[in-house]
Amino acid sequence: MIAPSAYLLLSAILFGIGVVGVVTRKNVLIILMSVELMLNGVNVAFVAAGSYLGDAAGGVFAFMVMTVAAAEAAVGLALLIALYRLKETIDITELKVLKW
Amino acid sequence: MVNGILDYLWLVPALPLLGVVLNGAIALFAERPHLLKEAGLPLAGGHGAGHGSHDDAHGASSHGSAHGHHETPAYRKLVAFIAPAVVGAAFVVALLCVLSLASRPADGRTFVQILFPWIQAGSLLVPAGLQLDPLSSVMALVVTGVGFLIHVYSVGYMSHERAFARYFVCLNLFMFAMLTLVMANNYLLMFVGWEGVGLCSYLLIGFWYEKQSASDAGKKAFVVNRIGDFGVLLAMFLVFWNFGSLTYTEVFAKVPVLRESGVLTTGLATVITLLLFLGATGKSAQIPLYVWLPDAMEGPTPVSALIHAATMVTAGVYMVARSSALFLLAPDTMMVVAVIGAVTAIFSATIGICQTDIKRVLAYSTVSQLGYMFLACGVGAFTAAIFHLMTHAFFKALLFLGSGSVIHALSGEQDMRKMGGLKKYVPVTFATMFVATLAIAGIPGLSGFFSKDEILWQAFSSSHGSPFLWGIAALAAGITAFYMFRLVYLTFFGKSRMDPEVEKHAHESPWTMTVPLTILAVLSVAGGWVGIPAVLGGSNLFEHWLAPVFHPVAAAGAHGVAAAGAHGAESVAHHPAALEIGLMALSVAIALCGIGLAYFLYRVRTGKPAEIAKEWPTLYDVVYHKYYIDEFYEWAVIRRIVTFSNGLWEMFDALFIDGIVNGAADLVRAAGDRVRRLQGGVVGGYAFSLLAGAVLLVGYILYRSVVQ
Repeated sequence: MIAPSAYLLLSAILFGIGVVGVVTRKNVLIILMSVELMLNGVNVAFVAAGSYLGDAAGGVFAFMVMTVAAAEAAVGLALLIALYRLKETIDITELKVLKW
Repeated sequence: MVNGILDYLWLVPALPLLGVVLNGAIALFAERPHLLKEAGLPLAGGHGAGHGSHDDAHGASSHGSAHGHHETPAYRKLVAFIAPAVVGAAFVVALLCVLSLASRPADGRTFVQILFPWIQAGSLLVPAGLQLDPLSSVMALVVTGVGFLIHVYSVGYMSHERAFARYFVCLNLFMFAMLTLVMANNYLLMFVGWEGVGLCSYLLIGFWYEKQSASDAGKKAFVVNRIGDFGVLLAMFLVFWNFGSLTYTEVFAKVPVLRESGVLTTGLATVITLLLFLGATGKSAQIPLYVWLPDAMEGPTPVSALIHAATMVTAGVYMVARSSALFLLAPDTMMVVAVIGAVTAIFSATIGICQTDIKRVLAYSTVSQLGYMFLACGVGAFTAAIFHLMTHAFFKALLFLGSGSVIHALSGEQDMRKMGGLKKYVPVTFATMFVATLAIAGIPGLSGFFSKDEILWQAFSSSHGSPFLWGIAALAAGITAFYMFRLVYLTFFGKSRMDPEVEKHAHESPWTMTVPLTILAVLSVAGGWVGIPAVLGGSNLFEHWLAPVFHPVAAAGAHGVAAAGAHGAESVAHHPAALEIGLMALSVAIALCGIGLAYFLYRVRTGKPAEIAKEWPTLYDVVYHKYYIDEFYEWAVIRRIVTFSNGLWEMFDALFIDGIVNGAADLVRAAGDRVRRLQGGVVGGYAFSLLAGAVLLVGYILYRSVVQ
């Protein structure tokens, strides 16, 4: 049996890749994908912990996160399309009208 | 109804107040819309809509039927009735009250009517009360009597004035304030009246406020009076601090007690009385605060007669006389009062010689006559001061009203160089003014002679007096006779120097103006007969009437005649009657010299005055420019204050106060300038902040768990 720390390490690596993607990438689509990666990193931690503790709540939470992520992806992509129609770009650095 | 008519004493000030309310309503709701419509201005004020429609209807009906200005609008007729009527009614009530008071024994002639408790704060209890005693009854009768005549006169004089109702509101308000001043039973209520008359004086001097000089003169009068009022306030604080009361009867009753216990030292009495006298110099136009009175002539002439000759300016004399119990304790103050009075009398009389504006001559004459009254106060002859106050009210009001009649006849001309030969155009005015001139010059038998001579005699013989004071006053009397006859000769005699256009319209005034003139002329002749001195075979009723006020202790013991003993009679006893008669003859001779000189210079050798002016150009220039006192004050006081105020504005307001306010604003803006950079609009930046925040938070939690 693989030790729980290995799952948690995987989870942390996935989460970290997602974070770096969100912070560094300019393409909104990739940022959204990175957010999915972060969510899934968390899911791994949930499932691993649930399995380790013998508690079904971990798996339930993972499903919960997936549901919300799906909804979020749908809304996020819709916004993205609206944004592209308006600005003809999806470069996040171009979209900076929301300031002081 | 124990006191009979005296229970209605409150009506005396209340009636003019009623006039203020009624005329005020007319001025606001009938006259103002009328004038605004004439001027083509919209009705001001949001609430005016409702009134406006009503008043428009009113204005249109009166204006429409009038076809121009020939017919008097209804509201003017109403004002012309109400304003004199309320004052006349107040006079009748006052007269009945005084008669009722006179029927009491001499030592019981103080009637106090408490209207309501006014101020109750700690140990300060000030009722709003009226006091009728011999002194205030003289004042009340003079104020309402002369006031009534001047109200009637004003109806004629102001008949061409557009702001007719506004004028009478101010005049009625003045009567209310003046009656409050003289009838109050305590210093604080008197001060309310004191300030009230100052306000009305300001309003009426600046009545023609569109004229720059008139509005300036109003401000000058008000500001100069503030200096004096400051003294009165401080004196009141001191009185309350030491006596524990401001009510006349209580304060004066405590004087002997506090004197004995050592609280009321001569020094304290000197300070209190000097401060009171400072107020008197402001209100009664004495050196050094007299400068506002000549400028006050910018107001309508009846105002000059009522406020700046007969009543308000005598308030200072009244206050000094009212506080005689305190003044008699302070010999230094008495000397100051006497000297200032005498110096003012001669100083302003000399200015009067060279003035060419008929009203300004009278203004300086008023200052000079007020100086006489203070001279009398200063030598302890308060009765003589009040006597002269009364006779002066008659003849000076008459002189002003007469000059107003002349100005009215000449369509507003005030320069005596453009008059002359008016005798035949305005016979009634001439005759009455001539009587007043004889009275003020001190011709025996007329009112001015008795009062002025009483003052001269007291200045010589009283224990506070001296031959030196007598000399100054007698000389001033000669100058008075000179400039008054100069005025009469320049105005009524000789060849006409009028503009032909003006001369064509010269006319005698309507009866509303000539009747008051005639009545005042009768009073100017007969007003002095109540105070004929014993040496001339009279009984000096006036002195006996006032004796309970000025010599209360003596009056309590014996009846009136002995009461005069405290000062007058006692000193008379030391001087032979022949001396009194001799001095009287001498002062009459001096006055006749003044008249003779005026006759010589302005009737016989009419070119001589100009020659004299050419011969001594410097002297003439200095006197003509009123000794440059206004310029001196401008340089010595006003410019200093303006410089100081400017400095204060630049140093304190602009630097300190504005510095704090602007500094706070700058700080917030600078902080905002820094903080706004956090919100740059770059989404990546926001994401990074989120991350950093999360890392910090997690780091903190981990740190806490590790430490524990």
